[in-house]
Amino acid sequence: MPEKKNLKAKTGNEAMAEAMRQINPDVVAAYPITPATEIVQIFSQFVADGLVNTEFVAVESEHSALSACIGASAAGARAMTGTSSQGLALMYEMMYIAAGLRLPIVIAEVNRALSAPINIHGDQSDTMGARDSGFLQIYCENSQEAYDSMIQAVRICEHPDVLLPATVSTDGFIISHCMEAIEMLPDEQVKEFVGSYKPKNWLLDVDHPFTLGAIDLQDYYFEHKRQEIEAMRKATKVIKEIGKEFGQKFGRSYDMIETYKLEDAEAAIVVLGSTAGTAKVVIDEMRKQGKKIGMLKIRVFRPFPFDDIREALKNVKVVGVMDRHDGYNGYVPPVCSEVRSCLYELDKKPKIASYVYGLGGRDITVEMITDIYQELLSGKTDTNTKYIGVRE
Amino acid sequence: MADIKVEKKKGWKDLPACDYLEAGSAAAFETGDWRSEKPVWIPENCIQCLFCWVYCPDSSVIVKDGQMTGFDYKHCKGCGICATECPGKKGNKAIKMEAEKK
Ligand code: SF4
Ligand code: SF4
Repeated sequence: MPEKKNLKAKTGNEAMAEAMRQINPDVVAAYPITPATEIVQIFSQFVADGLVNTEFVAVESEHSALSACIGASAAGARAMTGTSSQGLALMYEMMYIAAGLRLPIVIAEVNRALSAPINIHGDQSDTMGARDSGFLQIYCENSQEAYDSMIQAVRICEHPDVLLPATVSTDGFIISHCMEAIEMLPDEQVKEFVGSYKPKNWLLDVDHPFTLGAIDLQDYYFEHKRQEIEAMRKATKVIKEIGKEFGQKFGRSYDMIETYKLEDAEAAIVVLGSTAGTAKVVIDEMRKQGKKIGMLKIRVFRPFPFDDIREALKNVKVVGVMDRHDGYNGYVPPVCSEVRSCLYELDKKPKIASYVYGLGGRDITVEMITDIYQELLSGKTDTNTKYIGVRE
Repeated sequence: MADIKVEKKKGWKDLPACDYLEAGSAAAFETGDWRSEKPVWIPENCIQCLFCWVYCPDSSVIVKDGQMTGFDYKHCKGCGICATECPGKKGNKAIKMEAEKK
């Protein structure tokens, strides 16, 4: 591994704010909410200090924040915002509009439980509620990934084959407020990597006036939605290419998924976000005792990496899928549901067990993950979702 | 007036992305085909005040050389505003609304 350069101690929020400084978007519109407040607060300081050329719009709600970004993006600007939990929920209405109008807005998102009961800590119910919105969704394991993914997200979203918005999210407090050493890139390299935003059509182009967002009834809506569906499908290739290019330039490659010691694994877990880091510790420990276990981390949940998951898990005997959100369908939570759906295509299907953990920021410990692996290896799994760490 | 195009509905692969519409494109399409009533001009009652032209919300009163000459039925929606506003001659309106026969 090459020697790490330019190491800086940063929390997840600081890392995302620094990425935004280096991206230097034209417009940032935001409203504060714990635990994402710092991202835009730090960024507003960069604006005040003249370190960026961004127009910062302090709005009265998250609904307005995303609305302002939509207006700015349609006008031809590179627009970004940051939010969390209820803030994202207040954006839901506008998220579908950003995606439907094909506006490449990036949201720095910190995963936090949704009310009620009110809770400020991390789970993934907020972004999971937006999983059908047409946004790309990138979940980060640590601050480094958050920093790198923000930079890549700009390129991915603005790619002509994609033109969709994205959330880049970190687990509330676990990543957003924990200090880690991250490798930062020089400002000019980020600037060069993201390039400038050159929309094909932009409303401030007075020489080519057009209408955006007109009523679209039975005769056209379906065709426009079909285009959006195709954009989401094509995004997979773009995400892979840009993740690879990032790796070639800066030494850290990214893909839709990351696998850890899966090659000969008999049991594996599937997980999103910071818990992947904890699972790696468990895997290393248990492998010392000869247990053949591994992990699949879903980095990009939208579009869903069904091909990669199927390929990676085809030889595993038993898979435990860990959801940090339930989904309330009375059956099985969303990540498990989609993983199971894509594995159904295999002739030799692994057994699947479902686990919900960490709601409202409840700790997920090394011991809990060890227990999950032990259950998977015991062959005594059943189809009922298990709730890890909840008092009976 | 621009030539009226018959709208050919494109498939999703050919349509411009994201509900993009060129400005001023209504001139090129027949937008009045759902009208239930139409205005009919009675020239002998017309005093050429051009109130109809001023009030029409759809620019569907055709004026040539400063004279009212009739209606653009490709775009008139039959709202009846012109007929309401028309003063006519000695109380006899120069525009009356008739049921549209299809
Ligand atoms: S009926 Fe309405 S749309 Fe038609 S010409 Fe009169 S004012 Fe214009
Ligand atoms: S408002 Fe009536 S009188 Fe005046 S120009 Fe029009 S048709 Fe003629």
